[in-house]
Amino acid sequence: MSNYVVEMLNITKKFPGIVANDNINLKLKKGEIHALLGENGAGKSTLMNILFGLYQPTEGEIRINGKKEIINNANRAIELGIGMVHQHFKLVEPFTVTENIILGSEPTTGGSINYKKAVKQVEEISNQYGLQVDPHAKIENISVGMQQRVEIIKTLYRGADILIFDEPTAVLTPQEIDELLDIMRNLVAQGKSIILITHKLKEIMAICDMVTIIRRGKGIGSIATKDASPEILAEKMVGRQVSFEREKEKAQPKGPILKLNNVSMKNEKNVNVLNNISFEVKAGEVLGIAGVDGNGQSELIQAISGLRKINGGQITINNHDITNKNPRKIAESGVAHIPEDRHKHGLVLDFMMTENMVLKSYYKKPFNKNGFLDYKAVDEYAKKLIEQFDVRTPTIYDKARSLSGGNQQKGIIAREINLQPELLIAAQPTRGLDVGAIEFIHSQLIEERNKDKAVLLISYELEEILQVSDRILVIYEGQIIGEVYPEETNDKELGLMMAGKKLTKEG
Amino acid sequence: MNKIFAKQSIVVPIVSIFLGLMFGAIVMLAGGYNPITAYNALVSEIFSSRYNIGETIANITPLILTGLAVAFAFRTGLFNIGVEGQLIVGMTAATIVGIEFGYLPWFVHMPLSVIAAALAGGLWGGLAGYLKASRGVNEVITTIMLNFIALYLGNYLIKAFYLEPGTARSYKIEDSASLRTDWMTNLFDGARVDLGLIIALIAVIAFYIILWKTKQGFELRAVGLNHHAAKNAGINVNSNVVKAMFISGMLAGLAGATRSLGLFDAQTIAAAYTGLGFDGIAVALLGGNGAIGIVLAATLFGSLKFGGGGMNYVEGVPNEIINVVIASVIFFVAANGIFKLIIKPFKAKRKQKGAAS
Ligand SMILES: Nc1ncnc2c1ncn2[C@@H]1O[C@H](COP(=O)(O)OP(=O)(O)OP(=O)(O)O)[C@@H](O)[C@H]1O
Ligand SMILES: [Mg+2]
Repeated sequence: MSNYVVEMLNITKKFPGIVANDNINLKLKKGEIHALLGENGAGKSTLMNILFGLYQPTEGEIRINGKKEIINNANRAIELGIGMVHQHFKLVEPFTVTENIILGSEPTTGGSINYKKAVKQVEEISNQYGLQVDPHAKIENISVGMQQRVEIIKTLYRGADILIFDEPTAVLTPQEIDELLDIMRNLVAQGKSIILITHKLKEIMAICDMVTIIRRGKGIGSIATKDASPEILAEKMVGRQVSFEREKEKAQPKGPILKLNNVSMKNEKNVNVLNNISFEVKAGEVLGIAGVDGNGQSELIQAISGLRKINGGQITINNHDITNKNPRKIAESGVAHIPEDRHKHGLVLDFMMTENMVLKSYYKKPFNKNGFLDYKAVDEYAKKLIEQFDVRTPTIYDKARSLSGGNQQKGIIAREINLQPELLIAAQPTRGLDVGAIEFIHSQLIEERNKDKAVLLISYELEEILQVSDRILVIYEGQIIGEVYPEETNDKELGLMMAGKKLTKEG
Repeated sequence: MNKIFAKQSIVVPIVSIFLGLMFGAIVMLAGGYNPITAYNALVSEIFSSRYNIGETIANITPLILTGLAVAFAFRTGLFNIGVEGQLIVGMTAATIVGIEFGYLPWFVHMPLSVIAAALAGGLWGGLAGYLKASRGVNEVITTIMLNFIALYLGNYLIKAFYLEPGTARSYKIEDSASLRTDWMTNLFDGARVDLGLIIALIAVIAFYIILWKTKQGFELRAVGLNHHAAKNAGINVNSNVVKAMFISGMLAGLAGATRSLGLFDAQTIAAAYTGLGFDGIAVALLGGNGAIGIVLAATLFGSLKFGGGGMNYVEGVPNEIINVVIASVIFFVAANGIFKLIIKPFKAKRKQKGAAS
């Protein structure tokens, strides 16, 4: 009898044209939180999808509680006590929390669903593990953090003892992250075992016992966190030293590029989601917008990029009025945009990478020749971008869908920066990216700034805001409530401002 | 790696067709007919003579066009149930132009009638597209309703203005508008093969070129696959919806033209739909919404339809059974999700066994 609950031995998974997992070993002990670390596209999700029965390994063996198992579908995985919280939630939006949780294994009395009993069961689990949810709320009305708790309860409801979390913190606010880490501690204290995929080394150091590292599909080995440090982990994962500091010279801002003048926007309920916002972004500076998710950041981006109309005020680029113009007009006046939600707004997932690379410029020369697309020119351009930004994909003709999350993001960034914009809007540009890629993308943003472009950075991550911005505005309930400089502030002060406390300037 | 995907996407329809034919055979057995001789009769009916081959082609032609029509809308993320109505409107327009303007030379009159059909169908489809774009009305609902309007409007126009006394159809269209040509008719021993076939083949090529080679097609496909990202990229989603429905309707209208300008020389007062528009949905589905796929699928359906007649009078198999065969082919294609689920565990087991040894 071994004391491992999961043993994945010599797992190899080949996709056409690529070996996603090459002879990887992972062993999980009972009651352990085990991190799975690797660059974007290293093969982490693939390995976990194999454990959860979504993919079949090309080679290798899986043992659960010491017994060899063939997991050929998710139902089998659930039978074996394995649960997975996917990075992209799989919830039915118009259904309630309880309905989502019981979906597929509903408690019944005499053939009909016993909803009351279900609610009770959900509440029990929720109390036992400190997973706060509202059993009657509809999914579409609850926060991302709560949706994630619903996903966790869903796995527990099905009797999971082994929980897989695929990048659970990428979508959470800092506060929600702390809550989730507490929940995980709670889960292992009650005998569950956890595999955690994350790119955030701090989280690994904070709660994990062991780390298994993979690099480009190959297993690098496992190491106990007590013997590790963020630097060691980063180096093992990327294969070179990674800098956590951003080196940049002091900004030399020039004239303003983007100007917002008393911009207001109402939502369907006629409530102001943006309230008299005025600011400018100058050439040669990175302006960071700090704030807790849901304080008007998305609306602000939509207003500037033309995806949603504003109800009052004016927006200009280089003194050209772009207020309520259509997205193409705005793009042509020099605005590029790395969107917050890359699957929804950034990519056509079922387009090839080549097509995605020209999604915003296909209608221009040299791609468009009298209404016909010159696919040779498209391919050449895409190839150049993909090489330049180190987007890892078997070929440029693969569908965006088959790329790993991080590489999809690199693709978008390559496309947007190559539009040579005056203003680059970067919304959560490093969400879900590995430390190496984050370093790269931050340096690209700073590089744009150095080329005297204006960069507007929206991020929920304080560290990112503090590292990259030259100037920071804090947004709260649709208003700009303060302006600070990164070298004069710290995350504590910023955190307070983000919670709505106005900074009282001394003097 | 592209080859592998292509292979997979071909395997499924072929197996579906096979299962459909098997199921048809079971139904025939249950009904006391010999499926082997019946299928034999089906095949020989199709190939027995040049005339029969020609008639089979005549059955295939409109299905290619309606299949393309459905697929074109589908590529833009729209479900055009209204191909039937757009076909009727196109047919009616072709009939009217074909009866009037008899003083024109054929090389003006015939193309003019065809273009009228395409435009009428396009406008009919574009109307549904416009309602969707400007008012957000679901195209499935509007196109179903427009089908009814088209059917009765067509009947009314023919009855009121173009009815040949003593018949239930319009006057014959002028020869100068006809799609028939002597060389094609002779080639197929008098079968009703006409320039409609050429129109359909040109449409196939146009379908492919528009979608895969032009800037417009790029936009249409982007909108179809992810309209959020398309909008974000500056593509005008609404105008693409209207364009897609217009082009889809044009293809349907052309199918209508092949009926009244070719096959029948006239338009009959119809009590019910032709069914071609709805068959187009099945053709598009079976053909994977691709140009070549649609040609193959239309060929299969058209052949079954025509060859089914052979089963009927050689083996006495009732026409209903042939419809069962067609329907079960469609069923197995549509159900290929289920079908994949069934074969997946087998594949998986095989793989893991291989891995373990
Ligand atoms: N279904 C698939 N078909 C083909 N290739 C795939 C498929 N799924 C993943 N891949 C490829 O396998 C590799 C590993 O992908 P995977 O999603 O496991 O990476 P990851 O480590 O989870 O990365 P990230 O941190 O960016 O999410 C990538 O190169 C990806 O392109
Ligand atoms: Mg992943």
